[in-house]
Parts: sequence; structure tokens; C-alpha cells
Amino acid sequence: MLQLNNVETFYGGIQALKGIDVAVEKGEIVTLIGSNGAGKSTTLKSISGLTKVKAGTIFYNGTDISNKPAHETTLLGIAHVPEGRRIFPRLTVKENLLMGAFSVKSKQVIEERMQQVFHYFPKLKGRLEQKGGTMSGGEQQMLAIGRALMMKPDLLMLDEPSMGLAPIIVEQIFEIIKELNDEGITILLVEQNAYQALQIADRGYVIQTGEIKLKGNGHELITNDEVREAYLA
Amino acid sequence: MFNEVLHTIPQVLIDGLTLGAVYAVIAIGYTMVYGILELINFAHGEIFMSGAFIGTAILLVLTGIGWVSSLPAIVMLIAVLLITAVLTGFLGMGIERVAYRPLRNAPRLIPLITAIGISFLLQDIVRFIAELKKGNYIVTGPSLFTHQLSIKASSVSSIFNDATIKTSFVIVLVTAVIMMIGLDLFVNRTKWGMAMRAVAQDRETASLMTINVNKVISITFFIGSALGGATGVLFAVQYGTIDPYIGFILGLKAFTAAVLGGIGNIRGAMFGGLLLGLLEMFASANLTLLSHGIFGAEYKDVFAFIILILVLLFKPEGLFGKPVTEKV
Repeated sequence: MLQLNNVETFYGGIQALKGIDVAVEKGEIVTLIGSNGAGKSTTLKSISGLTKVKAGTIFYNGTDISNKPAHETTLLGIAHVPEGRRIFPRLTVKENLLMGAFSVKSKQVIEERMQQVFHYFPKLKGRLEQKGGTMSGGEQQMLAIGRALMMKPDLLMLDEPSMGLAPIIVEQIFEIIKELNDEGITILLVEQNAYQALQIADRGYVIQTGEIKLKGNGHELITNDEVREAYLA
Repeated sequence: MFNEVLHTIPQVLIDGLTLGAVYAVIAIGYTMVYGILELINFAHGEIFMSGAFIGTAILLVLTGIGWVSSLPAIVMLIAVLLITAVLTGFLGMGIERVAYRPLRNAPRLIPLITAIGISFLLQDIVRFIAELKKGNYIVTGPSLFTHQLSIKASSVSSIFNDATIKTSFVIVLVTAVIMMIGLDLFVNRTKWGMAMRAVAQDRETASLMTINVNKVISITFFIGSALGGATGVLFAVQYGTIDPYIGFILGLKAFTAAVLGGIGNIRGAMFGGLLLGLLEMFASANLTLLSHGIFGAEYKDVFAFIILILVLLFKPEGLFGKPVTEKV
């Protein structure tokens, strides 16, 4: 479904990705783990088109999407929930959700999708008129995922969904990610919370200073000594 | 003295609201662009001025072929407003495309100075064309509305003097209010208006919502400039005589209004414009009286900019803005 071949990305003069190969097959949960600044978020941004790719290619369902702008890659069915949730703070919850369905013309389809979002996140239903910025971190994360679901994505990319949340909320969020995957949405998950991510992942990649250090299925990585020492200690 | 001030209130209200409505509509253009790009588009005053000239030019041409006298004035005005709005809308959009977009990621000072450069450019282009066509850059257009209305405020209470208004004032006020309501509905009720607010809050994330950010920015410039240009026509209709430099002071005042209301806040800009217009007219009518002749009406501009300085000193976020917390 998604193939990154030897992708290199720069921020100014600094090379953030030094030739990354990542593949995601339809229906999988794939996770990218690694420490702060390793290039996990940059990988997602390169895929969605928020940052320019200097070299290498990114293919999505057979089309070359390297350096396609973000508003075009998202139209192809790639939803990117950015780090720090990035909901629109001064739009209401409802408006935030509507933004996710910006490309959808049919009111009926929008309404159906909104009902689906409420199925996963019933809390949002009672908060529709509240401004996004006034909600708690966990609620904002739910809104951010809900907003992405309004696009009815085939590939959902989540950047640190557990960041700054209470353990019980993290538990819920991972539960829902698993559920979404069961419904047929392919997931690419970036996490610092490596243990939890590897538990639900089919496969994982370990990124270190812009390079893929290790890859394997979730179980392999979780029992790998190097991974245990560096990321699970 | 208090009674004498009260006498002038009806006239101050009428003149102040009309002037304030002009400020308000121009202030919207400043605030919209700032909200979305954090750029003070100093060329906006010149868009207003270009609108005044385009409108006057159309009116002069139509007078030449005899249409102005044969059609009702209000029909003429609406046609001229629409044509001018579209032309200045494209002008603003073009300026963004050519001058600001290539500088989108440059340090903020650079597009700001570019905007000042565009101001001079527009002033001189308009002056050049006007000189070429009329032999003089001060142009007087045909007057569409010459009626005078009298409001018998004295019959409400003997404290008030009667007020007179030219019909053109009413037209200006009504048109400006219609533009403001229209814009407010657009921004708050439509899909593209919502996209505009989303882009203003978080450009990167908006692009992840399949929103073409460049398109939204173009639309923002188009709307802001169309409103500014249309206001230029209103100004020309109201005052008759225009020159290529009217955009400077008026632009600065409208900018003051935008800051007063909290820059980036559209409703704030509307309120700031109306408030500034009223304050200025009040000052113009009563400064001599209140200062026992030390300051005359000509100090009204000073008065407006003192407000700007006070706002920047004591409430830089404006009346309706929220204090900015630096992003970490």
C-alpha cells in the first residue's frame, strides 16, 4: 500500500532522514519507534507532504506521491493526525469535525461519518458547540482522531497519540486504534511509548538519527535485547 | 459647555458612523490578511485608493456616453461598486501572488517592507495614469447623490440641534453595513469561511484537511481587496474629489481601527472602525470648545493616532483580542 524507498529529507542544512525504507501493507498496524528527534515525525510529514523530500520516492497504491502537497495526498485517503493533536482551538468541536470532511460535498455523507465518529468517541457528541481549545488533552486527542476519521481514510497516520495523556486515556486510545484497524483502516503509528505501540503492532521499525536501525514484527522487537535496553527500559 | 457638546451629538453620531463605517470596512481588509499571514498589508490603503479611482473613472466614462443621467443613480452605484470590487479583488489577489507569496517563509520584516513598496508603486501608477488621461492627478467625479436630508433631532429633545445629512452619507453607511454583514455571514456560516478561520489558526494542519491553503489565502486577499476597493468608490461618491494619496492617512486610520479592535479579529475591526469614526468626529466637533480654543478641529488626526499609541501601550491585544501566549 505504502512504500518509502531511500527517502531523504532536510530541515535547512540538517539532514533529518538519511535514506529510509518503510513499507506498509493494507490492513496492517505498523509502528515507528525511536527517541526524540530520531526522524519519526519527519517520516510522517514526508509522506503527507508537509515537508519536502530531497531524494528517494514514496509510492501510495502505485502512485508516486513524493512531494505532492498535503492537500492532495489527503485527498488520496491518507489522514495524518499530527503531533500535539493540533486541533483548531477557536473552532467549535463540530467545526473541527466538519473541517475533516472538507472535501465531502454531500451533507448526508457528512452526517453519517459524524455518527461513526460519535460511535468511537461518544464524549464528543455532547460537546459539539464547545471551542476545541477548551477541552482536555485526552478529549482533544479524540477530536483529532475523530476529525481524521471524517475523511474516511484508508491509511491513518498517528503521531504520538499518547503524548501527555493519563495512562487510562492512553489505554482507551490504543483500544480504539485497534478497533479502527479491525474495521479495515491501515495504521501507521509513531510512538515514544514503544511498549504499548509494539503490543498492538503487526510490524515495527526502529528509527535512530534518521536511519532505520531495526525492523521486525511486533513480538520480535518487543523481545529484542537492543530494543528492550534502549526503548523499553 | 456640557449643553453645547450635547447639541452637536446628533450630527456627530451621523458623521461619525458614516466615517466609522468606511474605516471599519477597510480595517476588515487589514485584519483578515493579518489573521491569516501575520502580515500588515500596508498596500491595502492603496487598494482602497485604486478602488476610488477605478470607480470614478467608470463613472466619468459612463457620464461621457450619457448613461449616468439616464439610469437611476442607485443602479449606477451598484454596478460601479460591483465592477470595482471585482477589479480591486483581482488586484489584491495578484499582489499577493506576485509580491507576498514568494516571501511566505522569509522573516516577517521583508514582506512588510515589500508591502510599503507596493504602496508607493500603486500611488505612482495611479498618479501616472490620472495625469496622462486628465492632465491632473486630483480628480473630481460626477456627483450621484446631491439631496440633503434634515433630521429634526430638536423635536426629540430641545438639547439636540437638528442634523443634516447628504443622501450619499446614508448610501455609504447602508452599503458599508451590508458589506460587513455579508462578510460576517461568509466567514462564520460558509464552508470556505470556516476554511479561512482554520487556515488562520493553523495553516499546516488545515492543509492536512484537504484544504488548499494557497487558494484560501488568495480568496482572503480577493475579499479584503474587493471590500477595500468598493469602499474607495463610496469615499469618492461621498467626497467627490480624490487624489492618489488618500489611501495613506485613511489606511493608517483603518489600521488603527483594526488594532483597536484586536488585529486578526474581524468583528473587532468593525467595532474598532465605528468607534474610531465616532471619536474622531466628536473630537473634530468639540475639541475647540473643550480646550477653550487651544486645539482646533484639525487636531482630530492627532486624536486618532493618540488612540493607537494608547492601545499599543496599555492593551496591545486590542479590545477584543486575547493576550498572546508565546508558543513553545
